[in-house]
Amino acid sequence: MKHEIVEKNVGLMMVLILVVISFGGLAEITPLFFQDSTTKPVEGLKPLNALEIEGRDIYVREGCYTCHSQMIRPFRAETERYGNYSVAGEFVYDHPFQWGSKRTGPDLARVGGRYSDDWHYAHLFNPRDVVPESVMPAYSWMNYQVMDGSNTATKMQRLRVLGVPYTDEDIAGAKDFVNGKTEMDAVVAYLQQLGTVLKDTR
Amino acid sequence: MTSQAMSGFWSLWISVITLGVIAFCWWLLYGNRKTDTAQAANGEVETTGHAADGIEEYDNPLPRWWFLMFVTTIVFGLCYLALYPGLGNFKGLLNWSSTGQWEDEMAHAEEFYAPIFDQYAQIDVQTLANDPDAMQVANRLYQNNCAVCHGSSARGGYGFPNLTNNSWLYGGDVETIRHTIINGRNGLMPPWVDMLGDEGVDTMSHYVLSLSGLEHDAAKVQEAAPMFQAICSSCHGSDGKGSAAMGIDSIGAPDLTANTWLYQQPGESVYDSVSYTLRHGRNGLMPAQARYLDYGVELPANLDSLTPKEKAELMPKLHLVTAYIYSLNQGK
Repeated sequence: MKHEIVEKNVGLMMVLILVVISFGGLAEITPLFFQDSTTKPVEGLKPLNALEIEGRDIYVREGCYTCHSQMIRPFRAETERYGNYSVAGEFVYDHPFQWGSKRTGPDLARVGGRYSDDWHYAHLFNPRDVVPESVMPAYSWMNYQVMDGSNTATKMQRLRVLGVPYTDEDIAGAKDFVNGKTEMDAVVAYLQQLGTVLKDTR
Repeated sequence: MTSQAMSGFWSLWISVITLGVIAFCWWLLYGNRKTDTAQAANGEVETTGHAADGIEEYDNPLPRWWFLMFVTTIVFGLCYLALYPGLGNFKGLLNWSSTGQWEDEMAHAEEFYAPIFDQYAQIDVQTLANDPDAMQVANRLYQNNCAVCHGSSARGGYGFPNLTNNSWLYGGDVETIRHTIINGRNGLMPPWVDMLGDEGVDTMSHYVLSLSGLEHDAAKVQEAAPMFQAICSSCHGSDGKGSAAMGIDSIGAPDLTANTWLYQQPGESVYDSVSYTLRHGRNGLMPAQARYLDYGVELPANLDSLTPKEKAELMPKLHLVTAYIYSLNQGK
């Protein structure tokens, strides 16, 4: 085939470009959908409960992932500070995962249980109250945002479609579980479960 | 942990695509190679025939160095695939893996640092507290693990105890400090408003103020005194001195006579802080730190019966932090 033919037919060129770049994905991405280590949850992994789901969504809404990663790489410097390195099976119920790609603040992959609830409330309300050196913005208003849980069940249904094993009771109880709680409660609940399933492997 | 290995089919799939693409590149490179410079009869180099705004393009072969760069990338790719895991389940001649690299790194660090920490583990806390080198190491451990709550200068904050004022919820002797760090603490005070009522909260707040000699209403103090003995004294003691004297077994009831107020916000009066506490209760939680400080430590079932030295050897970093906290309170 003459090069000229490809160059002068934009449609054909687009098709051929797609063919060429698809090889990378076929070799690197496709097999991951069929591997136990990437598709099976680690032992003991539970889906986020209704309140934690709301917390996760606030985490996304506030862009926490732009300054905090949730992915501990297998380097000594990271495992010494944050705990056991992350494995794919911890994230199979995350849609989308919150790995992030930048650390202005510390990694949060195993922050669950590391500090008390009170610490998180104080810290989110005004980070400087507990860490004077902190540059994190304050999220005090979340203390006053009371949720009614009207969307929580829908969120959980959608996640179930994506393969998160919520039971009918989980979904039926979601609204009552969330109703009346503040956004702060939700974020703290979400943070306090992060990475706890593999906590004891370190 | 689930196995990293994939099935034979996917292993083959990856290998065929990867090597196939490399072979295709090789064919593309050589199949389209043009070595001769096309020259017209008059010695002029021919152009490709493209012309844009009068600019034409010579029909020359790819420069040799450029061509060789393509060849190099292919050779590099093949070498890489031979040495590192890139072809499905083939582990590569170097047998490299990211977790293997981490394990090597950990083993190397262990070899380097373990003797230092083991050496410190042999030294008792009182001596370590006066060793500047040891305290520098301990300070780093403190900053990484403890400063987030207790502050970089260890002076604490609202709800987080000051570790430098020799005022203790659980006792400040070495083994109690160690016990606190290993297991964490949970100081729980239930809310009392249901039992005391609004008026009772007010009078009891005055009683608490009187214990540390702060300004109070004597009549209210007198009114609350029997109630204090009936309700509060079981944790805070009949004299209000708290439970710290119980050491390891302390439940963390603060000394109300010391004029140290863990839950006083900046600008808040002691009265407001105390009455809030009486009304709503408090729940001070310090998570257990043994696993954070000494990576991978397995706490034995008979932990409490180990000698201080055995605990130090089991958790050398925690030993250093214990010495650090101890050192902060000397001479006070």
